[in-house]
Amino acid sequence: MIQSIIEWLLSPESWTGSSGIATRLWEHLLYSAIVVVLACVIAIPLGLYIGHAGRANWAVTLANSARAVPTLGLLFAMTLVVGPMISSELAFVIPSIAVLVLLAIPPVLSGAYAGVASVDPAARDAARGVGMRPLQVLTRVEVPCALPLLLSGIRAATLQVIATATIAAYVGLGGLGRFLIDGLASGDYVRTAGGALLVAALALTVDGVLALVERYAVSPGLTGKDVGDTAVVASTT
Amino acid sequence: MIRFDRVTKRFPDGTVAVDELDLTAPTGKITVLVGPSGCGKTTSLRMVNRMIEPTSGAIYLDGTDTADLKAAEMRRGIGYVIQHAGLFPHRTIVENIGAVPTLLGWDKKRIQERSMELLERVGLDPSVARRYPSQLSGGQQQRVGVARALAADPPVMLMDEPFSAVDPVVREQLQDEFLRLQDELDKTIIFVTHDIDEAIKMGDQVAVLRVGGRLAQMADPAYLLTHPADDFVADFVGRDRGYRALSFQASPRLPLHSERTLLMGEATDRTDEWILVVDDEHRPQGWVEPSRLSGPVTEADLQRGGTVARASGSLRAALDAALSAPSRRGVIVDDSGELIGTVRAHEVLAAIEDADRPELQDDDQAGSPAPDPAAEHTPS
Ligand SMILES: Nc1ncnc2c1ncn2[C@@H]1O[C@H](COP(=O)(O)OP(=O)(O)OP(=O)(O)O)[C@@H](O)[C@H]1O
Ligand SMILES: [Mg+2]
Repeated sequence: MIQSIIEWLLSPESWTGSSGIATRLWEHLLYSAIVVVLACVIAIPLGLYIGHAGRANWAVTLANSARAVPTLGLLFAMTLVVGPMISSELAFVIPSIAVLVLLAIPPVLSGAYAGVASVDPAARDAARGVGMRPLQVLTRVEVPCALPLLLSGIRAATLQVIATATIAAYVGLGGLGRFLIDGLASGDYVRTAGGALLVAALALTVDGVLALVERYAVSPGLTGKDVGDTAVVASTT
Repeated sequence: MIRFDRVTKRFPDGTVAVDELDLTAPTGKITVLVGPSGCGKTTSLRMVNRMIEPTSGAIYLDGTDTADLKAAEMRRGIGYVIQHAGLFPHRTIVENIGAVPTLLGWDKKRIQERSMELLERVGLDPSVARRYPSQLSGGQQQRVGVARALAADPPVMLMDEPFSAVDPVVREQLQDEFLRLQDELDKTIIFVTHDIDEAIKMGDQVAVLRVGGRLAQMADPAYLLTHPADDFVADFVGRDRGYRALSFQASPRLPLHSERTLLMGEATDRTDEWILVVDDEHRPQGWVEPSRLSGPVTEADLQRGGTVARASGSLRAALDAALSAPSRRGVIVDDSGELIGTVRAHEVLAAIEDADRPELQDDDQAGSPAPDPAAEHTPS
């Protein structure tokens, strides 16, 4: 079994073609990226606002409780209801993207909200005190200080989206989910397992990339990591 | 000049933090707001740069009502030292110091140069420039807070307990350094503290507030110590106020006795009680008891308990020198630190009795302006 999975993963034929691994991988990545970007566009400004103003906290609670809604059920419901209203290929694309965006919003929203809410009030106060205008306080102090929590929210959302995007295959979209579904349908468990492995590998790789981004984007002053020359400085002073 | 005109702050919950405050902080002087916790010091201070808006009354900056200014722009022109430093955790030390110049749009090179200059000005090693606030001690952070407030060279500074988070030794150091700095810079400063000793040391004039945000007394430090307006102020300035007031009285010409001295490394065959040891430049090093000496004087033989007073210093320093010397002879030096003689406690006391106390002023009442904000005093 394991032997045949490895063979399948390594054989050039399974990578090429319009339903090969490469295409599916690309589709999967593309859908996931669209979904995460959309979720960020909606949830980050909202989360920043809620955290900054300390108002409308119920929106975060609401979004979090929406996590309990079963994604697959929602996807079928949406496709049944919305599908007929839209002609063309989009009839399937829009519902599945919408469902995945809904799934991605709560972690991003909580991250943005918690990030801003956790900014040291003294730093915010200092920002006003040195003469920053409200928007400058937000962009120069609150957002950079919120970055660790905000980025981990985005990471969590991305992982979830990549894992869940497999279901999009049920409603006729591509992506790595096809290997799982087709494999199950035709009893080709090598493909099913191989597809699952690919999803896991993709998720881990993307998470690793995001971890790197986080490392460079977040100020070392917030993570408490050494700045490199500290040890030298400490010994000479 | 900063002038409070019947300023009141009532918070939405009904708390009256500041009540009808009238107060003038003269240009180029340090005005200290002091009082027990919760008496409205921070609130008063933050109303100046409109971090808090007054409920009624007005605050004038050189004659302009601050309510007519744009808040953010005005704040860039006022140095604000925040309680517990309040540095930006995500920015390096130089970036923190350069915060206001950056907002003012100075070019990068000038900001960098100015920040490095200030770093040294407040006594920090240039090597901390690239560090982050979390990598600094509390005292270093407070220095950075002061440097940040000074960066754009604002004529006015607001300082909220700037030296509170450090141990007494570092605190004293920061105070002395800041007074030296102020000597050159002549800023108009409002300085908040809850420590009366700090108030007396730092202030050209001191405003004592009572809980409920009312002004109890406004006077220069020496006057405050000798003529507290009421029981509250008397209680607040503390028990040994008579002694502390001597800090503000310059020593008159004290009757000095010449002292037989011993050079470091010399031996002696004298057996009388205490001998003063000096170095090659005739600077006092400490006292020794000849009976305990078993050869030439070494560092280890020295008794260093005695303080040393400058002849041009205060009566308090002279008295303290006499009281703290094991020989009971207070060591007096000139401004370069060379021994000029010793004085005994009863002689200092006689000088104190002859010295004038600040006169009680006829119009003295709570809230009256300080008698003479320009009165010089030497920090002890
Ligand atoms: N935002 C606020 N809302 C309600 N009451 C407040 C607010 N800020 C301060 N107060 C109250 O106003 C009074 C004065 O507060 P303030 O912070 O000015 O005191 P303070 O003299 O600086 O005290 P401390 O020495 O403890 O710093 C206190 O009773 C405080 O509880
Ligand atoms: Mg305070």
